[in-house]
Amino acid sequence: MAEPLPPTGPRIPGIGLAKGLAVTLRTMTKKTVTAQYPDAQPDLPPRSRGVIGLFEENCTVCMLCARECPDWCIYIDSHKETLPAAAPGGRERSRNVLDRFAIDFSLCMYCGICIEVCPFDALFWSPEFEYAETDILELTHERDKLREWMWTVPAPPALDPAAEEPKEIAAARKTAEKLASATQAQPTDPADPQGGDS
Amino acid sequence: MNDALDVALRLLIVFVVFLTFPLIVGQTEHKVMAHMQGRLGPMYAGGFHGWAQLVADGVKFAQKEDIVPAGADRRIFQLAPAVALLPYLLVLLAIPIGPGDGAVGEVVDAGVFFVLAVMGVGVLGSLMAGWASANKFSLLGGLRTAAQLLAYELPMLLTAASVAMAAGTVSIPGILDAFEWWWLPWQIVGAIVFFVAGLAELQRPPFDMPVADSEIIFGAYTEYTGLRFALFLLAEYAGIVVLCGLTTVLFLGGWHGPWAADGLGWVWTLLKTALLAFVVIWLRVTYPRLREDQLQKLSWTLLVPLSLAQIAVTGIVKVVIS
Repeated sequence: MAEPLPPTGPRIPGIGLAKGLAVTLRTMTKKTVTAQYPDAQPDLPPRSRGVIGLFEENCTVCMLCARECPDWCIYIDSHKETLPAAAPGGRERSRNVLDRFAIDFSLCMYCGICIEVCPFDALFWSPEFEYAETDILELTHERDKLREWMWTVPAPPALDPAAEEPKEIAAARKTAEKLASATQAQPTDPADPQGGDS
Repeated sequence: MNDALDVALRLLIVFVVFLTFPLIVGQTEHKVMAHMQGRLGPMYAGGFHGWAQLVADGVKFAQKEDIVPAGADRRIFQLAPAVALLPYLLVLLAIPIGPGDGAVGEVVDAGVFFVLAVMGVGVLGSLMAGWASANKFSLLGGLRTAAQLLAYELPMLLTAASVAMAAGTVSIPGILDAFEWWWLPWQIVGAIVFFVAGLAELQRPPFDMPVADSEIIFGAYTEYTGLRFALFLLAEYAGIVVLCGLTTVLFLGGWHGPWAADGLGWVWTLLKTALLAFVVIWLRVTYPRLREDQLQKLSWTLLVPLSLAQIAVTGIVKVVIS
C-alpha cells in the first residue's frame, strides 16, 4: 500500500476511483484498434513471414536451402543438361536444371534460414498468409505455386538516411570511379586492357 | 375502456418491456464494454454492428440440451431460474413511467415495500440453484449470494426508507408527486448507497464475488445449461433495468424534468434509466472484483452508516421545513 510519491497536499478520498472511470471513458471516445480482418486486409510490412516465394530463374539447384532447413521441408529434384559448345572447337558445358522445388508448409517453422542462406537470391519472404488447407498433404506447395507467390513479394523498404551504403552499390561505384580516373589519366589510350577489370 | 382489456394491455406492455429492455441493455453492454477496451464488439450478427448478437445467443441457448445433474434436487433445480427472473417482472409492474395513474402497470399503495420485498425474492433463485445443484462450487456461490443479500439488503432498505420519509408516503407515484428538485442534493448520499447496494444485490461486477469465474467457475449457475442458464443471464439484465428504474423514480425524480407536463415525462424516465444503465456498465468495465471480505466490509462499515446518516439528515430537514 506504499505510495510511489509522497502526496502533495491533502489526498481527496476516492480520487483513484474517479481516475479509473476517466480512463475507461477516455478509451471509449478513442478509435478502436480492432482490425476487421476478413473485411479489411491487414497492411503487412515487407519481409513479413507469411509464405516463402521462389524466384526460380535465380535458382542454381545448389541445394543449400534444402540442406540447411532444420526440419527438412524443402524437396528439390534436378537433372544435368549438357549445353553444346558456344564456339566451334569449344568445350561442352553442363548445367543443373530444376525439376521440382517444393516446400512442405505443414513442416516449415518459418525460421527463414533457407532465405538467409540462398546465395543467389532465389527465395523471398512474402506477406501472403491465406493458404490454409483442409488436408495437411495439400500444404506441400510445388514450384509453380511458389513462383506465383513471388509476385506478392513487396519491394524492400528504403534504407535509413544514415545507413551504410549497400555493398553492391559501393562496389559498382568504386569500379566506376576507378574507370573514370583511368580514362582521365590516359585520355590518349582508350584501349587500356587494365581499365574495366576489377 | 373495458377493465379487462385495460389490464391485459398494461400487462402486455410491461411484458414487452421486460423482454426487450434487458436485451437492449445487454447489447449496449457488449458495445460500450468493447469500446472502453479499445475493441469493436460484435459486428456480424444482424448485419449492422452486430445488433442481433443477443438474438443469436438466444437461438444458440435454445438449441442446447437441458441437463439436470444426477445428484441434483431435480424440482428445485429446474424451478430456480424462474424464481430468479419473475420477481423483476413483478417489480417492473410497479414502476411508473410518467405522471398519473395511466403510466404505471399497477398502482401499489405500499409500492416501496412491495418493490424491495419482491426484489429480495430474486436472490432466492440463486440460493435455490446453489443448493440444488449438488456441486460444491454452486454451493459456495449460493452461500456467497446469501451473505451478500444479508449485507446489502439493509442499506438498500434504509435509503429507500429515507425517501419514503421525505415524501411522507410509501407509494411510488406518491413519492414522485411530492418530488422537488432540491431533493436531489438532499438525498444524494442515499441515492448512491441505494445504487451501489442494488448493484451488489444483482451481483454485478465489481460485486460479482458469488459468480467469480476464476474461483468458483460460475457460482450457483455452474451446472446450468441451455435456456435455464439464459434465464439466469436475462434475470441479471432485467435486474439492471429494474434497479436503474427504481433509482430513477425514487431518487432522480422519475418523470420530472423540463416539458414533463407536455406529455414528455416518460422520455425523462427512460433517459435517466438509460443513463444509470450506462453507469452500471461503466462501473463493470472500470473496477476489479472486490474480495469477499472487502465486499462485506464495504457494506457494514461504509454503506450502512452512510444510510443511517442519510435517514438522520432526512429526519432533521423534514422536521425543520414542516
